Amino acid sequence: MQYFFNWDVVWRATDKLAYGLVLGLGMATFALVVGSVIGLASALVLTSPKLKALHRPVRWYVEIIRNSPLLVLVFFVYFGLPQAGIRGLDNIGSFVLTLTLYAGAYMTEVFRGGLASIPARYIESGMAIGLSGRQCFFFVTLPVMFRIVLPSLTNNLISLFKDTALASAIAVPELTHTARWINVQTFQVVEAWTSVTVLYLVVSYLIAFVLRRVERRYAVIR
Amino acid sequence: MMTLFQPGHFFYEVWIARGVLLSGLAITVASAASIIAIGLSVGILGGLCLTYAARPIRWVMRAYVDVVRGTPVLVLIFFVFYGTAIIGIDVSPFVAGVLAIGGFCVAHTAETVRGALESIPQAQSDAAKAIGLGFWGRLVHALGPQAVRRALPPWINTAVEMVKGTTLLSLIGVVDLLLAAQQAVSRSFMAMEFYGACLVVYVVICLGISQLGALVERRLAYIRY
Repeated sequence: MQYFFNWDVVWRATDKLAYGLVLGLGMATFALVVGSVIGLASALVLTSPKLKALHRPVRWYVEIIRNSPLLVLVFFVYFGLPQAGIRGLDNIGSFVLTLTLYAGAYMTEVFRGGLASIPARYIESGMAIGLSGRQCFFFVTLPVMFRIVLPSLTNNLISLFKDTALASAIAVPELTHTARWINVQTFQVVEAWTSVTVLYLVVSYLIAFVLRRVERRYAVIR
Repeated sequence: MMTLFQPGHFFYEVWIARGVLLSGLAITVASAASIIAIGLSVGILGGLCLTYAARPIRWVMRAYVDVVRGTPVLVLIFFVFYGTAIIGIDVSPFVAGVLAIGGFCVAHTAETVRGALESIPQAQSDAAKAIGLGFWGRLVHALGPQAVRRALPPWINTAVEMVKGTTLLSLIGVVDLLLAAQQAVSRSFMAMEFYGACLVVYVVICLGISQLGALVERRLAYIRY
């Protein structure tokens, strides 16, 4: 079989590709930020002896989400929830909701680990200079924890960005969906998928490169 | 009691679709097993290449691992699925999908193996050299057993990711558990029930493997360096 390369099909779809890229990055960033809030709250619940009653439901949330395939969750939320009367989410909204809940479970583990690995002397020093428990939490625990978990945040952002590829399954016009569109419209298979692969790679490594510098700037002195 | 198995009830619809659901589950298990087998066999070799091979081979392997790990699995699957068709190789969606996810598993396994091997203190290798072991002797008797203990917990995580990844096969038309459930949904319109049940099956399988991993991790926790 003869195959003729024609990279024009990619250049002609530049606007679609750019839109897909921005949409993917946007969904991943939103999921990371809101997921971090969920994760931090869950991690605090899990480390608090006072909230023992909530430990079990939070653990269930984390374990179930971490052990279920994202695609099944996406279908469950997109096709299942409207059946239960929860309507009003379009495909982008329902994917973002799913990805955020998914990220929240992973971020819980990240923050739990971060909280556990704060050296005790930091908190002791905080107490020693007379900070109250609340002040100690906001001015010592939180900042130190964020510095510790920064590398995991980077990794999670990259893997969430790659996970946005699954949104194409419910026709969200992100990168993978655009590649499929080019593929189906033009049959220039190699061009479509190579260009999208390169875009994913370049963006992932760019995120890693930029955020590694930020990490170095805020590296913890242990 | 009888009403549970009347048309329109979830149990009835499951019973009607039992054939395709069970064969979907079989496809899911078979694909996960093949992916893990590919990943393990080629991945260990790849990990050895990353650690010990001559520079050009190591560079090629490194490029492969970095490219594959930086790309979404779904893109890899579509690439292999449509790409093989274009270069005139006629493979089934199942084979294309398993090769794509298998290639992904190879990259992750290779990286895990490399990390495990490199984290073993130099002294271990030196000691093995001192008692006269050659390269393979060192690998099999000194470094290998220690590397396995270190690589197993993260690798079991990879195995869980692979089981979760098999759901992507449904997007290229392999009738795995998810696509079987989807077909049942399109007949019964019971999206929540079928996707929910599907979720339960996947969680049970993955949680089982995760728990196994946690058990292994606890058993190996006595090893300290």
